Amino acid sequence: METRTVAFVAPPELRPQEPAPANTRGAIGWARAHLFGSVGQVLLTLLGIFVVYAVVPPLLKFFVFEAVWTGTGRDDCLPEKIGRPVGACWPFIWAKWNQILYGFYPAAERWRVNTVYLMGALLLAPLLFPKLPFKRLNALAFFGIYPVIAFVLLTGGDLDMRTFLLGWTGLDFGLASFAGLRVGFWLQFILVALIAAGIGMLVCPFFGGERGSVAKSILKVFAVLGVILLVVDLDFGLEPVETRQWGGLLVTLVIAVTGITVSLPFGILLALGRRSDYPLVKYASIIFIEFWRGVPLITVLFFATYMLPLFLPGRFTIDGLLRALVGVALFASAYMAEVVRGGLQAIPKGQYEGAMALGLRSGFMMRLVVLPQALKLVIPGIVNNFIGLFKDTTLVLIVSIFDLLGILRASFTDPAWATPTTLFTGFGFAGIVYFVFCYGMSRYSMALEKRLDRSHRH
Amino acid sequence: MTDARLPDSAPARRWSWTDPALRSAVIQVSLAILLIWMAWSFFANAQANLARQGIASGFGFLDNSAGFGITQTLIPYSESMSYGRAFLVGLLNTLLVAVLGIILATVIGFLVGVARLSENVVIRALASAYVEVTRNLPPLFQILFWYLAVLATMPNPRQGWAFGLQPLLQSLANGAASIGLSPLADGLRSLAGDVSGPGVFLSNRGLVVPRPVFEADFNIIFGVLVVGIIAAWIVKRWAHVRREKTGQPFPTFWVGLALVLGPAIIAGFVLGWPMTFEKPELRGFNFAGGVRIIPEFVALLVALSVYTAGFIAEIVRAGILAVSKGQTEAAKSLGMRSGPTMRLIIIPQAMRVIVPPLTSQYLNLTKNSTLGVAVGYPDLFAVFAGTTLNQTGQAIEIIAMTMAVYLTISILTSMLMGWYNKRVALVER
Repeated sequence: METRTVAFVAPPELRPQEPAPANTRGAIGWARAHLFGSVGQVLLTLLGIFVVYAVVPPLLKFFVFEAVWTGTGRDDCLPEKIGRPVGACWPFIWAKWNQILYGFYPAAERWRVNTVYLMGALLLAPLLFPKLPFKRLNALAFFGIYPVIAFVLLTGGDLDMRTFLLGWTGLDFGLASFAGLRVGFWLQFILVALIAAGIGMLVCPFFGGERGSVAKSILKVFAVLGVILLVVDLDFGLEPVETRQWGGLLVTLVIAVTGITVSLPFGILLALGRRSDYPLVKYASIIFIEFWRGVPLITVLFFATYMLPLFLPGRFTIDGLLRALVGVALFASAYMAEVVRGGLQAIPKGQYEGAMALGLRSGFMMRLVVLPQALKLVIPGIVNNFIGLFKDTTLVLIVSIFDLLGILRASFTDPAWATPTTLFTGFGFAGIVYFVFCYGMSRYSMALEKRLDRSHRH
Repeated sequence: MTDARLPDSAPARRWSWTDPALRSAVIQVSLAILLIWMAWSFFANAQANLARQGIASGFGFLDNSAGFGITQTLIPYSESMSYGRAFLVGLLNTLLVAVLGIILATVIGFLVGVARLSENVVIRALASAYVEVTRNLPPLFQILFWYLAVLATMPNPRQGWAFGLQPLLQSLANGAASIGLSPLADGLRSLAGDVSGPGVFLSNRGLVVPRPVFEADFNIIFGVLVVGIIAAWIVKRWAHVRREKTGQPFPTFWVGLALVLGPAIIAGFVLGWPMTFEKPELRGFNFAGGVRIIPEFVALLVALSVYTAGFIAEIVRAGILAVSKGQTEAAKSLGMRSGPTMRLIIIPQAMRVIVPPLTSQYLNLTKNSTLGVAVGYPDLFAVFAGTTLNQTGQAIEIIAMTMAVYLTISILTSMLMGWYNKRVALVER
């Protein structure tokens, strides 16, 4: 029997392997693939280079090479006075620096704003690095303790609180005061705490809790609330500063940080409410969320500024900034609810079922199993929300609150700095500030997303 | 053999504090009481406050004479007309800037989104820079920038920029003269003299363009156009059915274009173009004739389109990337070229991912158009929640109406979205 073998493939030793063609390798290959592959590509490349040429050098010339860096008044920025073409007039920014940072905050009290800035930075920085320890404590300090201290420092504290929820009964313990604290207020507070604990003990079998522990946890909540109220009520001898004097970056940051801090708990509640089995809870949450998401922020601010005061009892007068904060908080809560809902939906059903199989009641299931996972998933979403909120703070200038953009816009009309380039310098500076904040945060959110994503890949 | 039988019925339920039905009832009833109490106290407080300020509630004010002018009106309006009319004018202005902004933002966004996926590194880098810069600057900042730093610093009408055939010929002539072709330059100059005035002016007064004037015969052209559109639609249906049956392709687009435009152009020729343009002319320090597009509108439109386009670009990019590579490879292995691959394979599948976030961007653009109030563009918000609220003090009615308009737009859009999603959703077994 005869067998024939046919070699279909030439053995490698017959012909030496040849390198890839020269025009697909190295710098030439790269340029062919990415710049000059075809006539169309060449044209696109030339167009791109032309755009870069038309945009970048003039910007650099304006903001750096021809800019005026030092000076004391408009004369230093007028081309006819200094005898050369003038780009950006940076002395204008230096002159307005305090307004940009603090608005019209009294000069003697600016150390308070600086302290708040510094504390915020020191507490926030370690929170941003996932590797550092004490996250829970750190978050508590930033979201829980810091706002109270910042409130006291910025406003001066010493709120003159007279009644606590019992004003309507006409119950009066007298208005004697002691160290800036009104005795009547605190007696009412203690009374309310005891009543709440009593009600809790009465209804606790209904939720399947234990009498003693329910009363204890209610009293604990009141203790925390009491400490917060005490801090804002105490007279630390700080000069009160009206919010009308606040401005610039201070207002921008106060609105953005308050908005996100307040919206987090409310957003979680609304998101849970939207997934609730009780129809009334579910539809009330849906209506709330979709209503605020469906209208523009500026109408919300107008609502808070012009309509809200009408809805409250006549004796309340609300501060202008607080009104804007209420509007921003309503708006941000609705958006936060949708972000959190996304996280809740991403948790596999097995987690819920596992928690139920262990016999956890729904409150514990949410608190111990679902929310910790869901919230971790939505951190990038929360950061993105914050970026949006940060950009949206500019809208308060329409209700006459001077944020960073508002202060700069107001200072364009300052005759002491009226030069042909003042306007462009101001826009350039504001643009750089907003860009640095927003771009930095979006990069951070993307890095975080990547990190979280990896930890969930099996 | 006795077997343990299951009881015929479950044991009667005993009353329990933790009975889910009871808990559900108690929680919902308490929430209902809370909501009703809140609504009632808001209502009572509002009534008391309004009575104290002496403001009559109700929508009667809508019939009162507005008494303020509006700088841009799409329908006839004068100061003596009612607040209700002003509301309508504002609403139309909002819709105008929203619709044009959506079209412009979509075009820019798709171009930039595709450019971000380009092989060409220069184009890719430019597109990335565009996206990062526009997305990270607040929209209000951008509106103020275009209004105060770009449009307001334009030269006055006398020194403004003119666009059109005449200036083009003029500059060509100057160019020819500068390289020594004086006969050509003279010819071009005399040609420029024959063309009547430039059509488009850009200055700190805004953009001025010719106004089209339709004569009576134009109705015929319009009718022919409608017939052409119907014919094109019928051809499209026929081509679709034939392709389903036989697989034969048909150049629907070009044939349709010819059917729509061809007869209309022929009719125009026959009738001797019953449409003329009224060109704007510089008289003194301003323009007479033509249509003036106010700078507020230009600033708002440009800023909103540029801002939203950054987001749309990212959506488009993500949508195209979401189509798996196997689809491109399969199309290539069937011998399709890159153009048809993109048009017939990639884009239709990418649209499924693109459209939902795209509509939410459209909604955002519409909502952001309220920011025009910062530069004085007379949109619904500025006219109604701004000026009218200031004049009448009817805060509750006015803010409620304004919110209702935006809410209606949002709800309509999301309903449309739901319908679309249902239509394009993958049918899974």
